[in-house]
Amino acid sequence: MTISLSNVCFAYPDAPDKPVLNIPSWNVASQEQVFVHGPSGGGKSTLLNLLSGILAPTSGEVSILGKRLDKMSQRQCDRFRAKRIGYVFQQFNLIPYLNAVENVQLPTHFCQHGKASARQEIEGLLAKLNVSPDNWHKQANKLSIGQQQRVAIARALINKPELLIADEPTSSLDQDNRNNFMSLLMSLVAENNITLVFVSHDMSLSQYFKRIDALSDISCLNGDS
Amino acid sequence: MFFKLACKSLLNRKGSVILALMAMTVSVFVLLAVEHIRYQAKESFSNTVSGVDLIVGARTGSLNLLLYSVFRIGTPTNNIAWESFEDIASNPQVKWAIPISLGDSHKGYRVMGTTKDYFEYFSYGKQHKLSFDKGRAFDHVFDVVLGSDVAKKLGYSLGDKLVLAHGIASTSFSLHDDRPFTVVGILKPTGTPVDRTLHVSLEGIEAIHIDWQHGVKILGSTITTEQIEKLELKPKSITAFMLGLKSRITTFRVQREINNYAKEPMLAILPGATLSELWQMMSILENTLFLVAILVFIAAVLGLSAMLLSSIRDRSREIQLLRIIGAPPSFLFLLIEMEAVLITLTSFGLGAGLLTTCLYGARDILSHFNLHVSTNIFSESTLYFVISIVVASIVAAAIPSLNAYVKAKNIES
Repeated sequence: MTISLSNVCFAYPDAPDKPVLNIPSWNVASQEQVFVHGPSGGGKSTLLNLLSGILAPTSGEVSILGKRLDKMSQRQCDRFRAKRIGYVFQQFNLIPYLNAVENVQLPTHFCQHGKASARQEIEGLLAKLNVSPDNWHKQANKLSIGQQQRVAIARALINKPELLIADEPTSSLDQDNRNNFMSLLMSLVAENNITLVFVSHDMSLSQYFKRIDALSDISCLNGDS
Repeated sequence: MFFKLACKSLLNRKGSVILALMAMTVSVFVLLAVEHIRYQAKESFSNTVSGVDLIVGARTGSLNLLLYSVFRIGTPTNNIAWESFEDIASNPQVKWAIPISLGDSHKGYRVMGTTKDYFEYFSYGKQHKLSFDKGRAFDHVFDVVLGSDVAKKLGYSLGDKLVLAHGIASTSFSLHDDRPFTVVGILKPTGTPVDRTLHVSLEGIEAIHIDWQHGVKILGSTITTEQIEKLELKPKSITAFMLGLKSRITTFRVQREINNYAKEPMLAILPGATLSELWQMMSILENTLFLVAILVFIAAVLGLSAMLLSSIRDRSREIQLLRIIGAPPSFLFLLIEMEAVLITLTSFGLGAGLLTTCLYGARDILSHFNLHVSTNIFSESTLYFVISIVVASIVAAAIPSLNAYVKAKNIES
């Protein structure tokens, strides 16, 4: 099991009576690709923050890649995330003032076992993601959105994570770019045997996935909210 | 990578960073300048005279005596009789005695009448004797030895003739133009008021005043230069004199004897003690300047801190991204501190460069005040200075850094 949640409940400390998530049980098998959909503001980001160890659950067990995140210290969570989880956001995936290569290099800095990845490896990855070489040394905020999202995948994959979390990565892209991005992402995930949790409100993307979960099915909140 | 991130992040915010950098540079400049000039001034002051055990003049304030006899600042209050000088010079404790006679000038530079002993016994700095760059000491009545600045600024060389002026104003209308002097020697630079002095023999001073009364020339006087050379030019009075004693232990005894001298009221001072007294008076000014410099620096550091704090408000997405990539909150803390340190070190470099340039440009003005300020601002205390300003900026930047840390810790909100 890559992801195993049981009896997870999360409420923000300033509103302890209003749980945002309440997940009795949710599992994702290794190398499985899951599409999670739900309305905006429905706790999708909270779920991803729990999976990546940014947030600790109020109660319950969060087990990722065999490790109990709820038992780890924050420092351990940070290291674990750096090493084993890749993350792609909707936007602002790159440090705007670093160039593409430096952005991809950045996560290796936080990865304990990893020495700074060889330049060749970074450039190979960028090339594979169809980032044209004249963009490699451009400042990230000078790249087009489509190129930025490709660099973002490279950044997420550079530490060879076993789990990739994608938080609406296509919502700032146009139709063509979105299709290109999705097929690229799916082929990379399959090629590298990566487990993918993909969150979006856009149901049209579900065509790329075998398993489709609705957040409202995963999380059963007592209908008071 | 960490360093690169800090650098590039600063470069990305050029506008506000340059303003903060300028404020810091100005404050570092002020701090360094105050520190450097007060150190140099102290050096320069305390190096002015050494190896002189007592300075004796007419009874006046000890500072006044020191200022006019050594620094050529201010005017002597009264003269002392030549007999008194001879009397004290013959004291068995006295090793040597150098008379000084002041009151004339040449183009704003003071003229000092003395004896050849001056070149032998007077010393400055760490017991350096005066030495000649060119020529020799005066032998004849109308010989003059120039300090190095006088020779350089007025462009005199050996054999040139010059005319002394009565009084010490830089433009005097009563010139001793009937009695020109010949340059026979030029001293090496000393970094003391000696450089700005013309030295003539006491006989020379007597000779140019021979047909003067009450500060004006007596008209119709016809004594020729040749006749003067033959006269016995014994001075009636001198301005002050310097004493070297055989044994330093007797300094206070001789001083007391002079101060109690029955025939004439006189004052003997220890130059070292009076120099430090003078410096103590200056220390209030000095400390005030330093305090102001520190306040300017604190203001600049707080400005830097405010700039960083407001930058963090614009960087919450960046902080979130770094956290997701795996950066611990302490990384964000250190990143902001690093930015502060980078700005501080850069502004130190700029401030030091600016100060060196300014000192280089202001050398002439400073030397006019007898302040010989070295353009080398780096000393062993510079290291402590750098450490202090870096520590100060780290402390001030702790506020924005902690802000970033807290933001990083609670990124979901």
